[in-house]
Amino acid sequence: MHELQVTESILNIALKHAPADKVKKIVAIHLNIGELSDLENEWIQQYFDYLSKNTLAEGAKLVIERIPIRLKCDSCQNEFEIKRDEIKNIKCRQCGNKKCSLIAGRDYFIKNMEVI
Amino acid sequence: MEEVRLIEIKEEIHSDNTVKAKQLRDSLSKNKTFLLNLMSSPGAGKTTTILKTLEIIGDKLRSSVIEADIDSMVDAEKIAAKGIHAVQLRTGGFCHLDASMVEKGLEGMNLKDFDLVIIENVGNLVCPAEFDTGAIKNVMILSVPEGDDKPLKYPLMFTVCDVLLVNKIDYLSLSDFDIDAMKERVLNLNPKIRIFEISSKTGEGVQAWADWLTNEVKQFTAQ
Ligand SMILES: Nc1nc2c(ncn2[C@@H]2O[C@H](COP(=O)(O)OP(=O)(O)OP(=O)(O)O)[C@@H](O)[C@H]2O)c(=O)[nH]1
Ligand SMILES: [Mg+2]
Ligand SMILES: [Zn+2]
Repeated sequence: MHELQVTESILNIALKHAPADKVKKIVAIHLNIGELSDLENEWIQQYFDYLSKNTLAEGAKLVIERIPIRLKCDSCQNEFEIKRDEIKNIKCRQCGNKKCSLIAGRDYFIKNMEVI
Repeated sequence: MEEVRLIEIKEEIHSDNTVKAKQLRDSLSKNKTFLLNLMSSPGAGKTTTILKTLEIIGDKLRSSVIEADIDSMVDAEKIAAKGIHAVQLRTGGFCHLDASMVEKGLEGMNLKDFDLVIIENVGNLVCPAEFDTGAIKNVMILSVPEGDDKPLKYPLMFTVCDVLLVNKIDYLSLSDFDIDAMKERVLNLNPKIRIFEISSKTGEGVQAWADWLTNEVKQFTAQ
């Protein structure tokens, strides 16, 4: 897996938004990651702790919100959420149609961060 | 106690790669070069399928292959041995290609000299799915020995691809691979995906796929 590369991007983006004259320390970074991603939460935090040494983000906690998989029915436009293990049996909750389009669940997003 | 403030970021984690991929696609459009990103598990038949496909396409298109083997030249040499232009990328054990690596692969060639460039991505169904390579179309191979449950285990890969090649269909009669169930699972995840059933060993079905690809490239380069 490419957790290391992903973690590096997260750190770089966070530091970019933290001007040294205004931010003393980054305390937490909030991420939205889609349920469809295979990213491992624990690994990201471990890599992050390692990469962020001696930066403003040292010690920051990564708070990961998993974004549910959302589908939209191609036939009746109904939107609904499913769990990852329900993928084997996708069906519109309203009309039973099996053709549905993915509208969320692939997210890979840094929402905001807490700083002092 | 110092007060904690919130800074809004709202940025894609892969934003650098997404920007690079878009630039690459713009440059490909300008040069009328069709870039195809081919992904699969190790051994599903990427190299064999590329060879068979380009054999059928022949000189209808000016083609090239970018190989992303994990630090070996084996596949690039196989391609070059058939007289096909091939570039070896050093991925240094990376689990996927991203747009800047692909850009490096394209650097040494004059894009105007090629209609079609096929990338053989790193053998892996997880990581390549998350990185836009700048390709015009994404294609994946699922081979019969891998089993018909792969769409359930690697859903993201199946949602990002435009085409699925079901390879090694010469094994179908020897296995319990349920092709209809597999197709239903895939179409469920991605109703717009095109599916071709092929055997790169016997050549069965490869013509239809090669025709489709040739047509896509021609449409693209005629724009
Ligand atoms: N029976 C059968 N064997 C195939 C077919 N396509 C490929 N193979 C065999 O499968 C093996 C792997 O094929 P490759 O083309 O090297 O697969 P690959 O995906 O490029 O492999 P890596 O680059 O190592 O990930 C080889 O022994 C091929 O001869 C097929 O349609 N039927
Ligand atoms: Mg190969
Ligand atoms: Zn519906």
